[in-house]
Amino acid sequence: MSADREDKIKDKIATKVATMPPSGIRKFFDIVSEMGDAISLGVGEPDFDTPWHVREEAIYSLEQGKTVYSANAGMLPLRQEISRYMKRRFDLLYNPTNQILVTVGGSEGIDISLRSLLNGGEEVLIPEPSFVAYMPCTVFAGGIPVPIATKSENEFKLTAKELEEAITDKSKILIFPYPNNPTGAIMEEKELKEIAEVIKKHDLIVLSDEIYAELTYGVRHVSIASIKGMYERTVILSGLSKAYAMTGWRIGYALGPASIIGAMTKMHQYVLMCAPTTSQYGAIAALKNGDDDIKHMREAYDTRRKLMINGFRNMGLSCFEPKGAFYVFPSIKETGLNSLEFCEKLLQEEKVAVVPGDAFGKSGDGYIRCSYAYSIDELKEALIRIEKFVKKLL
Amino acid sequence: MKTRLLELLEENCKYTSQDLAVMLDTSIETVEALIKELEAEQVICGYKTLINWDKMEETEHVTALIEVKVTPQRGDGFDKVAKRIYMFKEVEAVYLMSGGFDLTVIVKGKNIKEVAMFVGQKLAPLESVLSTGTHFVLKRYKDHGVIFEQPKKDERMVVSP
Repeated sequence: MSADREDKIKDKIATKVATMPPSGIRKFFDIVSEMGDAISLGVGEPDFDTPWHVREEAIYSLEQGKTVYSANAGMLPLRQEISRYMKRRFDLLYNPTNQILVTVGGSEGIDISLRSLLNGGEEVLIPEPSFVAYMPCTVFAGGIPVPIATKSENEFKLTAKELEEAITDKSKILIFPYPNNPTGAIMEEKELKEIAEVIKKHDLIVLSDEIYAELTYGVRHVSIASIKGMYERTVILSGLSKAYAMTGWRIGYALGPASIIGAMTKMHQYVLMCAPTTSQYGAIAALKNGDDDIKHMREAYDTRRKLMINGFRNMGLSCFEPKGAFYVFPSIKETGLNSLEFCEKLLQEEKVAVVPGDAFGKSGDGYIRCSYAYSIDELKEALIRIEKFVKKLL
Repeated sequence: MKTRLLELLEENCKYTSQDLAVMLDTSIETVEALIKELEAEQVICGYKTLINWDKMEETEHVTALIEVKVTPQRGDGFDKVAKRIYMFKEVEAVYLMSGGFDLTVIVKGKNIKEVAMFVGQKLAPLESVLSTGTHFVLKRYKDHGVIFEQPKKDERMVVSP
């Protein structure tokens, strides 16, 4: 196509898409891809393979020719397993017939929950640093994103005061991303109760992204939905990606009040019909017999987490102890560089890729996200190289 | 902590005490003392290297799994006959089994003839041995939890959200 014609077509792209800046992750991905042989701590997914019994079950379903559409909300046996799982692990009750929707990954849940709830101009409160999709999905859904900067001195938890200050008469939704990517922060029961008071006072809906709920260390995850008065105003968005090492399967789920789940199911049935059937069979196997797999992986992550925190503290960078997900989020302010400069130089000089903290919101500047979903040997080599680099700056 | 320490050592016995201390959130002294204790108690029985001998063409190795039926002895049960078997240097492992036979004996030798000689001249003639059934290993796919011949490639995108 001629450049002229291409320009004319370009003009037809919707403004809110055309003006959306590309994700900082994407920009950095391009730089790292050109390097080839770098060690990367940039990955946001487990290094484990999906447990074999899960894969085997999915293969069996294919052999049986179970390749047709499923019910829109997901196969009933899967919804029943999700319901049992939530009761068993988090003591929360969701009715498989009208309170559970199986989504295509947790990401779809974020998108359709926002689109099901937002009218134009309503505000969505988003604690930052956090996952890169909340802000764009809010904008695409016609909402107005209102970032709330969380602070290192509060271990990147959202405080009641910070929340209260960000609320206006247009506020409708709070996205609640804990355990947090990229900081590894978690929110414990006492802190949840404080937040809950503010949420109830202002009649907000909470979209609680609990995709990392199984990956907490030393403390069990508590869902905000289990705090008094919150169940009826909370939609839990989660999935099997992180807990069961099933990122490519694209199985997520949304749990909440029947009316909201009903609205989301309506949207889901028009847009996607249903989540991939083969993946749903795998998901049933994972939820039925996968508790031990989670335990095994959680232990492995915890071991690496300690290695990483120790490594960063030894090289003189301050690093708060992340108790969830599989990331550490050390401060690099001491080096005098900003996040992007630090990451680019580290990549060029020592061939280690980590993600600039500001890719997850402005308040992430001065930090880097390092994933520890890697083997111990890779992590040790990466730490040696980062230390060499940091020594030159400090 | 003992269990986790053992799991880590079983995964890789080359972890240094320093690394183990960090990963277990304790001191180097504690790790070293624990390892000494576990060695003394014979919970840790040795440190070996897992080798895929099939890849070493200049050295020949065969492994056989032998099903052995024996007569247990009064007072000693199977232990005495098991000892008479496991003391042979050719014997790699001996397990007492439930089911159709009594002992699994794993024997290593340079070639089939050597193993056959061992079975025919040393194992089968033992007084309490009633019968033997020898199975030679043709190919090793996985040993001690490690899959052979499967180079692990990281196929994840180098940076992702």
